Amino acid sequence: MRRLKAQVSHLFLPLSVLVLLIVINLIKGADYFSITVVNGALYGNIPNILFGASELVILSIGMTLVTASSQGQDISVGVAATITSSVFVLFVLNAGNATLLTIVAGFLVSCVAGLVIGVFNGTLVSVFKVQPMVATLILFTGGRSIAFMIDGKLSPILANDISNQIGTVIPGVPIQTPIILTAVFIALVAVLLKTTNLRLYTESVGINPSAARLNGIDPKKIIFLTFLIMGVCTAVAGFIAVNKAGRHDSVNLLKLIMMDAILAVAIGGNALSGGKFSITGSIIGAYTIEVLNRTLLRLEVETETIKAFKAVFIIILMVVASPVVGDFAAKALRWVRFRVDSGTVPETGAPEAAAASDPDTPAKKEV
Amino acid sequence: MRSLNAAKPKDALSNSNLLFLIAAVIFVLMYGFAVLRYPGSFLQFQTFFDLFSLNAPLIILTLGMSIVMIGGGIDISIGAVTGLVTMACAVLLESGMGSVWGAILLALGIGIAFGLLQGCLIAYLEIQPFIITLAGLFLASGLLTTIHKDPINVTMADFVSLRDFKIVIPWLGTENRLGNFIPCEIKPGAVVVVVLVVLLAALMKWSRFGRNVYAIGGNSQSAMMLGINVKRTIFYTYLLSGLLAGIAGFVFIMTTGAGNVGNAAGFELKAIAASIIGGTLLNGGVGNLLGSPIGALTLLIINELIRAAGVQSNFQAIVSGLLLYLFIVLQSVVMSLRGRRKFRIALPPWLQPPWLQGKKKAENQG
Repeated sequence: MRRLKAQVSHLFLPLSVLVLLIVINLIKGADYFSITVVNGALYGNIPNILFGASELVILSIGMTLVTASSQGQDISVGVAATITSSVFVLFVLNAGNATLLTIVAGFLVSCVAGLVIGVFNGTLVSVFKVQPMVATLILFTGGRSIAFMIDGKLSPILANDISNQIGTVIPGVPIQTPIILTAVFIALVAVLLKTTNLRLYTESVGINPSAARLNGIDPKKIIFLTFLIMGVCTAVAGFIAVNKAGRHDSVNLLKLIMMDAILAVAIGGNALSGGKFSITGSIIGAYTIEVLNRTLLRLEVETETIKAFKAVFIIILMVVASPVVGDFAAKALRWVRFRVDSGTVPETGAPEAAAASDPDTPAKKEV
Repeated sequence: MRSLNAAKPKDALSNSNLLFLIAAVIFVLMYGFAVLRYPGSFLQFQTFFDLFSLNAPLIILTLGMSIVMIGGGIDISIGAVTGLVTMACAVLLESGMGSVWGAILLALGIGIAFGLLQGCLIAYLEIQPFIITLAGLFLASGLLTTIHKDPINVTMADFVSLRDFKIVIPWLGTENRLGNFIPCEIKPGAVVVVVLVVLLAALMKWSRFGRNVYAIGGNSQSAMMLGINVKRTIFYTYLLSGLLAGIAGFVFIMTTGAGNVGNAAGFELKAIAASIIGGTLLNGGVGNLLGSPIGALTLLIINELIRAAGVQSNFQAIVSGLLLYLFIVLQSVVMSLRGRRKFRIALPPWLQPPWLQGKKKAENQG
C-alpha cells in the first residue's frame, strides 16, 4: 500500500497536468470524449491521441532506460528510426509481393538494423566512455544521409494493403493498429521489467556506476544493454511511423522527436541525471505532450505561435516541479499552518512557539 | 623509466591543455592537408580570412557554448536565439523607426533576456539545463515565426553601408589572372570574433569568475565547500551565453543582411560539435576557450574540403559524422589512457629499445 502511495505521488505531476489539459479541452467543447464509429473503427479525440502518440511513447520508453543507466540522453532516436524504417522499406519493396511474411521479415531485419545502431552508440558510450549526447550526435549528423542512401531515391512509396492496414485499421478490429502495437510493446516491456533484474541493475548503475561495479554489476554491460533495447525501440517506432505515413521521407520522418522524447522522460518525473526511473511516468508524459499539442491546435492557436506556447507551458511545468519550489511551498504551507494554529493563542506566546517550531508540531497539536 | 620522467617538465599537461593541443595539431594538419590538396584556393590569405568573416556567428556561439559546458551545463537555445535576434533586428530596421544602434541594443537585449530567464531557472531553481534551454529553443523559434514568416532583406541605407563595410589590408593580397592586385578584405564580424576570443579566454584563464567556472564544472560539491557561490556563477555562465547569442545574431545579420526563418537553424548542435573538437568535455571542468574557435574552424575546414572535393551533398553529412566519430574516439582514448596513468609521451613498448623494456618489466614485477 505504501509502495502504491509512493508511486502515485511520483506520478502526481504528469497526471495532474494531463487532467488540467483535459479540463481545458472540456471547457472548450463538452464533446471532447465523444467517439464515433466510422467503417467499424473508433474515431474521436481519445483514439486520435493514442494513435498520434504511439511512436513517441515507444521512443520515450527506450529513452527512459538509456537516461536511467547512462545518465545522459540519446539524441539520435529520430534519425535511428529513419534508418531502420528505410531498411524495412527497402526489404519490402525488393521482396516483390508484399505478404504478411515479408512484412514480418522486413520488421525483423529492421530490428537487426536497430540493434546495429544500438551497438554503435552503446560501444561509444560504454567502452569509450563518451557522454551519450556527444556519442549520438555523430549519428544525428550523418544518419539522415545514410537513410537517404539506403532509399536510393526521394521518398519511396509503400503501397500495399498490409502496411496500409498496419498504419490505420485492420477490417473487423475497432481499434487502430498502431494503438494495439503500442499496447503490446508496453506489455512486453512491463513483463521484461517484472521478470528480470533489469530495473534493479539499471537503477544501481545509474545512481553510482563505481558502486555498482564493486557489487558485481558491470556498468558497461548494462549501459550497452539499454542501448540495444533503445535500438529495438527505434525499430518499432520507425516501423509504425513509416506504415502510418505510407511513404518513407528520409528528411522529415520523426524529425525533432528526440526533443519530445526527452521532454516526456522529464515530465514523467524522471531525473535526467540517471538513477531511479518510472516507465509509467514517461508513458504518461508522452501522452501529455500529444494532448498538449492537440489542445493548442484545438484552441486555434496559430501554427507559428504553437512552439512559443509549448515553451511557456514547459517552463511553468518545470518550475512547479522543481525541488526548490517544492521545498519553498512546503515551508510556506508549514508557516501558514503554524500561523493558523497559533492564531488562537495570545500574541505573547507566539515567539516561544516559533523557537520550538518543528515540522511535526502542527500535526501533533491536531492529534 | 626514471630517466624518461626526469626529462619531462615537472608540471604535467593538464587535461584542458592536452585536449587543446590535440585540437590545435588536428587543425594544423587539416589546414596543411587542404593547402597541399588545393594550393590554388587554400594558400590565399583571403580564404583564411573568409573562414572567419563568413562564419563569425558560429564561432561566437561556440565560445558561449564552451563556457556553459565548462561549467557543467548545456545551452541548446543559442541557435534559435540567434535566429530570433536576426529576424527582430531585420523587422526593426525595415520598419523605418529604428537605427543601427537601436538594432544593436535590441540584439543585446534579447540575448540578455534569454540568458536571464534561463540562468535564473537553471541556477536558482535547480531545473535540468537541457529541459530549460530546450524550452528556450521552442520559445525563440516560436517567437521568430510569430514576428515574421517571410524573408526580409534590409534596405536601410545606414545598415547597408555597415553590411558592405570591409577592412582592406593593402599590403596583403593576391594578383588575379589579369595581373590586377586584389587586396585582402576582412568583415567587421571577424574583428568582433577576435576581440571576443581574446577577452573571454583571458576571463576564463585569469579572472576569479573563470576559475570558479572550472571548479564548479569539475565538482560542484567541492566548489561549494570551498566557498564558491555556485548558483551565482552558473547564473553568470548562462547570462554570458545568452549575451553572446545576441552578439552572434547581430553579427549574423551584419554579414548576410537579411532576416530569415532558417537563420542559424541547427547552430546549437554545430556549436556543441565545435566545442567538443576544440577540447571541451561535456562533463564540465575541462576545456580551453582558445580551443573553441579552433574547433569551429576545424569543422568548417572539413566542410570546405568536402565541398572542394566535389562529394555529393549526402556524403558530406556522413563524412563529417565520421570525422566527428574519429575525434571523439581519439579524445576518449587519450583521456582514458591518461586516467590509467600508463600514458607517456614515449614509444610503444614493442618499439622501445631492449634495455628500457627490461627495466619496465622489472618495474611491473616489483
